[in-house]
Amino acid sequence: MESRGWQRKDLLGLEELSKKEIEIILENARSFKEISEREIKKVPTLRGKTVGLLFFEPSTRTKLSFELSAKRLSADTLSFSSASSSIVKGESLLDTIKNIEAMRVDLVVIRSSSSGAVFQIAQQVSMGVINAGDGCHEHPTQGLLDLFTIYQKKGRIEGLKVCIVGDIAHSRVARSDIYGLKKLNAEVVVCGPATLIPSQIEKLGVRVSYSLEEALKDADVLNILRIQKERGVDCQIPSWREYRQQFGITRERLKRARKDILIMHPGPINRGVEIDSEIADLSSSILEQVNNGLAVRMAIIYLLANR
Amino acid sequence: MKRIMGEKEIARAIEQISEEVLRGNSGRDLAVIGIYTRGAYLAQRIAQYLERKEGRKPEIGFLDITLYRDDLSDLSPQPILRKTEIDFEVRGKRIVLVDDVLFTGRTVRSALDAISDFGRAEKIELAVLVDRGLRELPISPTYVGTYISTSLQERIEVRLKEVDGVEEVVLIKKGEEWKAEVGKEKTC
Repeated sequence: MESRGWQRKDLLGLEELSKKEIEIILENARSFKEISEREIKKVPTLRGKTVGLLFFEPSTRTKLSFELSAKRLSADTLSFSSASSSIVKGESLLDTIKNIEAMRVDLVVIRSSSSGAVFQIAQQVSMGVINAGDGCHEHPTQGLLDLFTIYQKKGRIEGLKVCIVGDIAHSRVARSDIYGLKKLNAEVVVCGPATLIPSQIEKLGVRVSYSLEEALKDADVLNILRIQKERGVDCQIPSWREYRQQFGITRERLKRARKDILIMHPGPINRGVEIDSEIADLSSSILEQVNNGLAVRMAIIYLLANR
Repeated sequence: MKRIMGEKEIARAIEQISEEVLRGNSGRDLAVIGIYTRGAYLAQRIAQYLERKEGRKPEIGFLDITLYRDDLSDLSPQPILRKTEIDFEVRGKRIVLVDDVLFTGRTVRSALDAISDFGRAEKIELAVLVDRGLRELPISPTYVGTYISTSLQERIEVRLKEVDGVEEVVLIKKGEEWKAEVGKEKTC
């Protein structure tokens, strides 16, 4: 059985993972999902291990999801948010992390607004590092939970046509999704206003479309990205209303799409901008993605902490 | 390498274990839980036998005990987890836990912990195809297919047709394995 072989200390991005490594994570996630369905949602496997949650940028879902995942594996968690820390006194990111390592923490989950920061840290500490989103670069656990959701809903990934709509330029989710989907041999189309599609994105093996109607044609999966106000995207689109008119997912638009299209969104959603409420609430798998996120993060923490 | 059981002996052992399970638990609310990998197949066989005999299928479940082990870090790199499937109420059940080989008792201890997380069973019994002795914990089986005395330099391998394509139980001495592999290549 081809079941062995997790060697990595860190999970930094999907770009560096092999197809086999992605499959190991997804395969394990399938088993971890069952634990959250039990009455006693906890297994003792990581008793005595400590997982640090270092979020230098706001987060609800990802932070709670990592914390709960660690706890369901019986690890202890150590939480940190930059606003109430010595970062405000001027301590550097690396110094902060070196101090946390000195407390014998086994694994740290880091979110940072600087692309590449998590990579740098991982090279300088011996504890395991999980990237929970670094700037506009990658968000590997979101990418993996998207893959897992597609796999659970569609039974396969190979050969599927996946359409990613929205702010591709600033989206770390889009990048992780693209790397993962291409490695598992899906077909990927990215779609959005020209100002939000990076030039040369085709080099990642995706097709670019500026027309949502065209991009949605025959798509098996639709992943909708959030318009990220905090990254100054407001200046790159004429208005939210105009964005909705061209790229917002509405019931009207979906009439021409496949009936069984899987609709995803990494959250948080801007209702009435990139997705209409009725689609988000009635036709999407957004909350299932959140549920799957737990299973995927449990699998990742388990693989890295037991290395 | 020494062959301890063949297809016939394994079938007879399953039958004998199932008969004893019936005798002790007739009419009770029974569930059979197999430990992955080979214990799961043995559990299925026992459940099938019980169904044929009683006309009523016992509940059946499968357990991956990896997350309950106390020696996980010694086992690296870790295998892919199997999905634990216990889709019935454990509380109040008579449970027969099934594994292929009983050795140190550590797997069984882990399995008992795991089952407790699903609820309080009325009683848990243990059925094994082979008891090879050398316990490191105070654990004793309720039903045994065969008992053989072994040393730490030996290994017992249960091979079932569902996974291995053959039905046999073999005893392998340390160092012999390599020779056995080479021998296999030659005959191919």
